[in-house]
Amino acid sequence: MHELGITQNIVAIVSEQAGGKKVVRVKLLIGALSAIEPEAIRFCFDICADGTSLKGAALEIEEVAGRGRCNQCGQELPLSLLAGVCDCGSRDLVCIAGQELKIKEMEVV
Amino acid sequence: MCTTCGCGDDSKPVVVNMETGQSHPVSNDSPDHSHSHDHGHEHSHDHTHDHSHSHDHPHDHDHSHSHDHSHSHDHRHDHGQLHATETSTTITLEANILAKNDRLAERNRGFFQALNILAVNLVSSPGSGKTSLLERTISDLKTEMQFYVIEGDQATLNDAERIKRTGAPVVQINTGAGCHLDAEMLARGLTELNPPKDSIIMIENVGNLVCPALFDLGEKCKVAVLSITEGEDKPIKYPHMFRAAEILLLNKIDLLPHLKFDLDACKNYALSVNPKIKIFEVSATTGQGLDSWYSWLKANLQHHAKSVEKVL
Repeated sequence: MHELGITQNIVAIVSEQAGGKKVVRVKLLIGALSAIEPEAIRFCFDICADGTSLKGAALEIEEVAGRGRCNQCGQELPLSLLAGVCDCGSRDLVCIAGQELKIKEMEVV
Repeated sequence: MCTTCGCGDDSKPVVVNMETGQSHPVSNDSPDHSHSHDHGHEHSHDHTHDHSHSHDHPHDHDHSHSHDHSHSHDHRHDHGQLHATETSTTITLEANILAKNDRLAERNRGFFQALNILAVNLVSSPGSGKTSLLERTISDLKTEMQFYVIEGDQATLNDAERIKRTGAPVVQINTGAGCHLDAEMLARGLTELNPPKDSIIMIENVGNLVCPALFDLGEKCKVAVLSITEGEDKPIKYPHMFRAAEILLLNKIDLLPHLKFDLDACKNYALSVNPKIKIFEVSATTGQGLDSWYSWLKANLQHHAKSVEKVL
């Protein structure tokens, strides 16, 4: 359940940025390979937001698919896990997308 | 204890200095835990709604909200309405959620570099033998290296007591509800431990193959411990951890004749998630294979010293 701590971080960062204004929407970017469960974040969000300027804010989560590049042949390929095999047979892949864990934007009133 | 999230005074991270026996909270103001605890769970809707407002809430109302305002005005419900567009402002943040931890980890890393300290973060599931490996490593090498230990567990001083018996200075961090050590906890532990120049710091993380992979503590590297009683497919079941580790210690190798454990398959799984991982087969009980692990530690401590000399 590291998502609880992660969600507390999200609330802390957004609260600070909001500077006392009421936050009505928060949009996150979560990569499929980030080891973060979007559903667990949703579960924790209302609890963590309670008593802060984020109380009642809508939570939007944009998920980013995993993508890797082969260090041998340079080809790019989709990754459903952190590991994979390139068409050239190499397992030496570098992850180029899917590990995002960001607050993309927020809406205040 | 708060029934909403399970947090409470007894579940906040605490650092215990095993030399003095004193314990301190990791953070006094608890900045990471900012929700209020005085949330009432009563809905007192005794006002009359003489106006009509139709709104489709996108979420269900199983959370608490107290309506103590009067409904005589033409108000907007502020919960769940996504597009209050006429007055709202959208702010693009692009903020890395783990930025605070990463910043604190870099500070720890700078501390280690300044004092030429080799810091190793031991990660594994519970029961893989991390503490036994540490006890054995410290006992075998303590004439050659100065060991300092930071123990992470949700509760108890048991592991720190075991390490203390080896003679190495040790600090126990109890994470309470937390499932991993973070850079702030480590910084607090380091303040208590006060390690000298050229020492080696062994950080025994909370037994958990998931969360500690995400949190940089400022260590030189993560060392994953996997005991062969756990099953050979752990590296592909928990790829993040084995991806994040530089070394894999396959522990309890002395039990191999008694188990149906496919050693080659396990190594291949580990290499498939992390082609660069170095694998040592060891037994903390019999000492089998520990020489290669010790050689790695010695080489890295020396290498560390050399790289600093170069700078100077």
